[in-house]
Amino acid sequence: MRNGASIFLAVFIALGLSWCGFVLAPTRQLGGAKQATILNSSDRYPLGRPGEANLGLQVYRANGCAACHTEQVRQSGVTCDVVLANAGKNPGVVSNLVSTSKLKELTKEEADGVSQKIAVAGGKTEIHIVATGPDIARGWGMRQSVAEDYLYDYPVQLGNLRAGPDLANTGVREPDLNWQLVHLYLPASEVNGSMMPPFRYLFEVRKIGAAPSPDALVFPKGFGPPAGYAVVPKPEARALAAYLLSLRVNVPLYSAPFTQ
Amino acid sequence: MTDMQSPDPRPQTPDPKLDASCGLPLLALSGGAALWLVVGSALAMIASIKFHAPDFLADCPWLTYGRVQPAADDALLYGFCIPTALGVMLWIFARLSRTPLSMPLVAVAAANVWHLGVLIGLAGILIGDSTGFAWLEFPRGGSVLLLAAFLLIAICATATFGQRKERELYPSHWFLLAALLWFPWIYATGNLFLVAWPVRGVVQAAIDYWFANNLLFVWLGLAGVGTAFYFLPKLVRRPLQSRYLALFAFWTLILFGTWCGIPQGAPLPVWMPTLSAGAAALLLLPLLAVGMVAWRTVWGSVKSKWDNRPFCFIGAGMDCFVLSTLMLIAMACPQIGRVTEFTWFGPAQTQLQLYGFFAMTMFGAIYYILPRVVGFDWPFPKLVRVHFWISLLGILLLIVPLAIGGVIQGLKWTNPGVAVVDVAKATLPFLRVSTTGLLWILLGNLLFALNIFALTLVWKLALLRKAVAIVKTPLTTAEAKA
Repeated sequence: MRNGASIFLAVFIALGLSWCGFVLAPTRQLGGAKQATILNSSDRYPLGRPGEANLGLQVYRANGCAACHTEQVRQSGVTCDVVLANAGKNPGVVSNLVSTSKLKELTKEEADGVSQKIAVAGGKTEIHIVATGPDIARGWGMRQSVAEDYLYDYPVQLGNLRAGPDLANTGVREPDLNWQLVHLYLPASEVNGSMMPPFRYLFEVRKIGAAPSPDALVFPKGFGPPAGYAVVPKPEARALAAYLLSLRVNVPLYSAPFTQ
Repeated sequence: MTDMQSPDPRPQTPDPKLDASCGLPLLALSGGAALWLVVGSALAMIASIKFHAPDFLADCPWLTYGRVQPAADDALLYGFCIPTALGVMLWIFARLSRTPLSMPLVAVAAANVWHLGVLIGLAGILIGDSTGFAWLEFPRGGSVLLLAAFLLIAICATATFGQRKERELYPSHWFLLAALLWFPWIYATGNLFLVAWPVRGVVQAAIDYWFANNLLFVWLGLAGVGTAFYFLPKLVRRPLQSRYLALFAFWTLILFGTWCGIPQGAPLPVWMPTLSAGAAALLLLPLLAVGMVAWRTVWGSVKSKWDNRPFCFIGAGMDCFVLSTLMLIAMACPQIGRVTEFTWFGPAQTQLQLYGFFAMTMFGAIYYILPRVVGFDWPFPKLVRVHFWISLLGILLLIVPLAIGGVIQGLKWTNPGVAVVDVAKATLPFLRVSTTGLLWILLGNLLFALNIFALTLVWKLALLRKAVAIVKTPLTTAEAKA
């Protein structure tokens, strides 16, 4: 290393290689990705979020929700469950087989073997694919998150810290708009012991006039504004809630299969 | 190979003109940086207090946790770490070249543009204008100014480098020149592909991971280790041990370091996290090499080195570099990563890298350089020692609880029987101890800023006195006639 040019060359080689690997290659591999087909169906996925939910993603970004919440479900593997569909002509033999064999948490080969045995006895079975892992067991999703799930989002908010729960499927877990809004306004009212800061600035506390607002939040008992007042979401809060409700990763794909 | 023998890298009695040429640029860079350092740790305190009381400042949209936390991180990285490192680099380049700094006024202008960019960026995050990408949160106005300022400083540094009196390069040259080339490339890539013409879908996340790793690990590594390799031999008065080991460290750092950063669970094609995990394992090579160079250079030198304040800071910085790199390697290991991913272990590693390693190294360098370039000693020299012990205590109280809390949190996340609220509650005691760490760090930063601002004041007063003296001197007859 005798002159500046050799340093330039060293940097060019080292950084250039990783630039090609981690910037150019994924752009080529995924940058032109199109919708995927849902397994065992002709429907396409994802469909893009509704307009209000897209605005809500910008509220999510602006308030840095990703500082505490991830939007990615991890999976350790898959297991197969054998489910009897039809006992066939020899129900006694088949039910005997079913009660003596292990039918859950099998590998693909084991499941095929059991399935084969039952088929020989005349029964019909289905093999269900089940994703496994702590995130799945928590009910955070039915399968791991894959590239397709984020196709139309900008910016993609994967997050890198779970100070709170994962939100990839919050629209499936908590599909009630009022629940989402009340939780944003006063998290502790919906989740006992929650450490989430309240986002009161996304709401307005109004005096109930002659015609009460149809958007006013309905609080659980013991919470809520004083009598004569109502909490009404501002447009930002409505958009954010619409975005949270649109977080639904619940279809099987070729890259992430499961049986619904 | 002259520098292998010379105990003190390059000039023994430096040209006073050389040091003086760096005075204004360094004051501009590190003065603003000291301000951002205090702002950053104050913002970090606000963010941390929210774990004691979620209601704290909850009605103020621009102080919500999701805005304050990234603003605090960016103030530390872009506000303090990078501009201070740029100032230190300019001075090291002038010293190694044995020439005064080229175009010092361009560097002063660049320093002001940089700090204006940080101001716009931080204000943007707080009003909700963040781009939403980790470590690239600054909105367009801020990031354009940062890139322009960096390029101007890189031009000054390269011009100074071009005028060097000795052709042979010193090991610090490799690391610091590489850092000058690294930043514009990754920062432009990040901003072009994520903000200006965004790529689609999850590729955004891939590019953000690549950028963050190249900035936080590789760039900080290059700039920090390059600075340490200049100062350690100088402070212990022994040559760097050895040049070849340093060359090995340089190549392995840039070849393997740049491929890390893609976490195991990321929803990306499997080859990407796999490649990253492999590269992270290979990081043991540069880590060992850097550790050996530093250890062999310092070991058995003058006994009184612990009285040497810049040495304490830089030595502690190198220790933190080893620890934070080990944490990085551990997180990339699939068996450990499964537990530590998405936990406070990650922020612990980042803070150790940013504050423990980089800021400490820069404190040492600034404490050494600034008195020499302005020609006055520190107004409060005793506070330098206090600052060292306070920040060491702060780092300990910040990192250790976060790391332990992160592991406990990770173990609880892997057990689906533990409710979400209970996982969060289990981390609270650790987060609360880390707040006290932040408090000590804030205090240390205030002492640092106090010393820098007082030094600037002393320097300005001296300038003023000089100017007054010149005006007051009676004109000689020759001058009066002219």
